[in-house]
Amino acid sequence: MSRLWRASPLTYLALVVAGGLSVFPIWWMFVVASRTNDAMGQLPPPITPGGNLGANISRLFDNTDAYFLTGLINSTVVATTVTVSVVFFSSLAGFAFAKLRFRGRNALLLVIIATMMVPTQLGVIPLYMLMSKLQWNDRLPAVIVPVLVTGFGVFMMRQYAGQAISDELIEAARMDGCGTARIWWHVVVPALRPAAAVLGLLTFMTTWNDFLWPYAVLNDPANPTVQLSLRALSDGYYQDMSQVFTGTAIATLPLLLVFVLFGRQIIGGIMEGAVKA
Amino acid sequence: MTVQLDARPPAAPATGPRRRSTGRLSRLDTRYSPYLYIAPFFLLFAVFGAYPLVYTFWVSLHDWDLLGTDHPFVGAENYTRLLADADFWHALVNTMGIFVISTVPQLLAALWLANLLNRGLRGRTGWRMAVLVPNVTSTAAVAIVFGVLFGREFGMINWMLDLVGVDAIEWKSNRLASWVAISTMVDWRWTGYNALILLAAMQAIPRDLYEAAAIDGAGRARQFWSVTVPMLKPTILFCTIIATIGGLQLFTEPRMFNSGTNPIRGGPLRESQTLTMYMFENAFAPHYNFGYGSAVAWLLFALIAVVAAVNVLVLRRLGGSRPGARKGVTR
Repeated sequence: MSRLWRASPLTYLALVVAGGLSVFPIWWMFVVASRTNDAMGQLPPPITPGGNLGANISRLFDNTDAYFLTGLINSTVVATTVTVSVVFFSSLAGFAFAKLRFRGRNALLLVIIATMMVPTQLGVIPLYMLMSKLQWNDRLPAVIVPVLVTGFGVFMMRQYAGQAISDELIEAARMDGCGTARIWWHVVVPALRPAAAVLGLLTFMTTWNDFLWPYAVLNDPANPTVQLSLRALSDGYYQDMSQVFTGTAIATLPLLLVFVLFGRQIIGGIMEGAVKA
Repeated sequence: MTVQLDARPPAAPATGPRRRSTGRLSRLDTRYSPYLYIAPFFLLFAVFGAYPLVYTFWVSLHDWDLLGTDHPFVGAENYTRLLADADFWHALVNTMGIFVISTVPQLLAALWLANLLNRGLRGRTGWRMAVLVPNVTSTAAVAIVFGVLFGREFGMINWMLDLVGVDAIEWKSNRLASWVAISTMVDWRWTGYNALILLAAMQAIPRDLYEAAAIDGAGRARQFWSVTVPMLKPTILFCTIIATIGGLQLFTEPRMFNSGTNPIRGGPLRESQTLTMYMFENAFAPHYNFGYGSAVAWLLFALIAVVAAVNVLVLRRLGGSRPGARKGVTR
């Protein structure tokens, strides 16, 4: 720890400004979502919630262009499936890379790190063609299967397992006649729990938020993810902004809830990763 | 914690006598089970990662269209057509422009914010959460909200500008203004995230460096520029690379900022069409020209690699990094 300067009132003032700028657009989104469309034309703009949220929500769910409810259900299914799968497979692979010795370990790890550097865009077109072959276009497997386990997840779990699990513990379990699978279950899984939580949260948020690949492969407007429902709302020709903002608010709400509940862990995860990666 | 990649001394010779070990079965387990554990990633990557990468290049050498029954080999023709297309260069300039006017202020603001957060604060976690919250919101949702904030008639930004006597700005139809609007969204989302990463690195700087600087008579500002910033260089480089990879791929914000007819074009005169949008326009609706789109994808990838390499070189040159300065933060 470097020496901490005492924070002056000016520091707090600057932080209030920075925090205010960070929070305001989100706050204002909820304000518009709870008002009528007249709010959009008012200057100065209203910055307190109104009482029209219920009416906006019912208009949104009745909107036949957006398929908003389907979008919410689809996003929940996709994000949950991907999260469980990524955490499970990453903790297996991360354990192997951190604690087991096998031929080609370092080379394979480098491959994993390299995959994290490659932009999604590069593979989008053939991936789209592949999905056509599999007849997965417009269907959820197209956005689930390619990300069932990610390089980021494996790497993060490896970093954590390397420092959280002592070799003596594994050796002792081996001496007691545990196979690798039992060691994973009884020794590794309990030790990896904190990292698994952070990885799960980050994966859930990333997947919920994903736009580019679903946009490419889910072309059927009747089967969107929630982000694609937002696109349908915002591309529409009607100027019903309070309805659109209600959609954005509902699509953001799960992310904000996760953040309010687990913000400390997420911040810890980001900061730990910065020092250790 | 540093990472150890080397092999440790063997824990127990596999052939030695062991207590209660099941012999051959256990040897098989030790030798082969690691491969079983890492197999899911590599299988998935082979099918949905490596194969598309290689195949993109193959497709880019063909005249490959969604409805075409055969795909004749055309060599570099897609690339030559691409390099002769004014819209491609236009999108490239847009992408680089948005990238530069978003990344530079973003990293400077993040450095300043990290420095504020690195003081003895009351309610530390609360402040950190406040600056990070933009990063956890839905990108598409935020782009819609910002699109309204930057509205010409009733947008809050123009209203505020009007209060201080600035005329209304055409955020959507003026090219430079649309770059600024999109950069604002990107900065809003990423400044706090980068600030936390820089903050973590700041906290890892040894205290005695500051004490030595103080003894030498360096004040607060001097300590920041002569101790903090040089020690943060590896992390700043890391943040720059991440911002480069993300910034040059920009898609969701500009796509959602534009609505109405053909939003994939990024405005009526392509004011804010980025390279990824250009790729989508050609590879998917409306043109469905896979070959041409794949050529765009490869050029985009090359561009990212080049810009990232330039970043590394420039930052290495700035103040010439000493070997001792690369400690603890980002291998």
